[in-house]
Amino acid sequence: MNIPENLKYTHEHEWVKINDDKTAVIGVTDFAQSELGEIVYVEIDTVGETLNKDDVFGTVEAVKTTSDLFMPLSGKVLEFNPLLDENEEDNPGLINSDAYGEGWIIKIELSNPEEVEGLLTEEAYRELVA
Amino acid sequence: MEQRTPFYDIHNALGAKMVPFAGFEMPVSYTSITDEHLAVRKTAGLFDVSHMGQFIVKGKEALDLVQKVTSNNAAKLNPGEAQYSCFPNANGGVIDDLIVYRLFNDQCAEGEQAFMLVVNASNIEKDWNWINAANNYDTRLIDISKQTSLLALQGPKASEVLQHLTDTDLGSIPFYHFTKGSVADCDNVLISATGYTGAGGFELYFDSSHSQKIWSAIMKQGESYGLKAAGLGARDTLRLEKGYCLYGHELGDDISPIEAGLGWIVKTKKGSDFFSKAIFQQQRTEGVKKKLIGFKMFERRIPRQGYTILNMDDKVIGEVTSGTMSPSLEEPIGMGYIEATKLSIDKIKIGIRKKSYEAQIVKLPFV
Repeated sequence: MNIPENLKYTHEHEWVKINDDKTAVIGVTDFAQSELGEIVYVEIDTVGETLNKDDVFGTVEAVKTTSDLFMPLSGKVLEFNPLLDENEEDNPGLINSDAYGEGWIIKIELSNPEEVEGLLTEEAYRELVA
Repeated sequence: MEQRTPFYDIHNALGAKMVPFAGFEMPVSYTSITDEHLAVRKTAGLFDVSHMGQFIVKGKEALDLVQKVTSNNAAKLNPGEAQYSCFPNANGGVIDDLIVYRLFNDQCAEGEQAFMLVVNASNIEKDWNWINAANNYDTRLIDISKQTSLLALQGPKASEVLQHLTDTDLGSIPFYHFTKGSVADCDNVLISATGYTGAGGFELYFDSSHSQKIWSAIMKQGESYGLKAAGLGARDTLRLEKGYCLYGHELGDDISPIEAGLGWIVKTKKGSDFFSKAIFQQQRTEGVKKKLIGFKMFERRIPRQGYTILNMDDKVIGEVTSGTMSPSLEEPIGMGYIEATKLSIDKIKIGIRKKSYEAQIVKLPFV
């Protein structure tokens, strides 16, 4: 199971990369993509919106199931990965092939950086999916 | 604790993703649903469907019981023939859909007949109780589900693969016929030309002690053909492309088989009485309130069970029962019920989350 050390995680199987400029990049974990199976579509219609932690910011459609995506932290949705966006590069399968890299989903601007403390460490997440 | 089929260790060794399904731990896929699906359409796939239930109905009045509880006409079956059917409840709904096999008489005493009823795993207990309650006949019921393994070998190359492993001339078994034979040196295998994929092939029923041997022999024999182990995920996308009903989706306790487009298995003219016969007769004359349709989405949005179906004026006219991304067509397909008065329309909308997306009503099957 691929769980990089430099990221934070959530119980909803999302990863968060905190940048120094109070922005963060969010994706789903390798475990999540493997549970979902082949992803055919990612719907993000919240770009530009400011959402609270735990709000739904989008949806991932796999062949078998649909899964909502939840904000791991409060903040403004700055960008939806154009590689996944059907109006841009339209390659949602990148979530399956490169969950922590090119398969990133959104970039946000944190509105309450203190919430970062509540995220799971790599170790804690590894325990969750063990 | 979920039950396991005799193939559980094999699935794990193959790295299958296991999910709870109808009380069993079953493989949803081994590699990818799409790859497994396409293998079945193009060459062959092997499915463990041992979770399904099998009841033997045997006795002097076995036919009478089967006729009473099923809607199709089992009197038409000769030994070696099977038919798709359903158990209607008393209110015009469906307790389960099933396959009725008219077994050979070799295991029967003089004057007896025997049938095998193959039912959905999720309904085994409900079916069993229902049939037993209806059994006012000189007939015994035996649940052989636990000791019976069932493999579905499906696809255009299925017959060729299996022929290497049996002396039975598979080409001589017409669709929905079966025979008993030896497979991979295991005797007493019921070889049935049936399936749930629309890709052709066979379903094999055998004593679970042969499980490992038969699975391994088929996998090995199929290797050069490109045969793949296939899971329940592909089974679902395959049946959906063919427009086959799945209990809990297109069929249920409050859905009439006539609404589901299964009028052809409701033989209201058969001599015997059966549950809900009068209701079905009435539906035949007066029509039904809703009908099952198939549709394709214009955009890449996947319809799922429970999503609303709207007309072009955004009025709710029905509900989605199944949907997926069709691996063969590479477009989203779905089935659902709409009000029967709306059947003349050809475009609908599907309510997906906060939006609605246009879809085209199409004739089933999709593929």
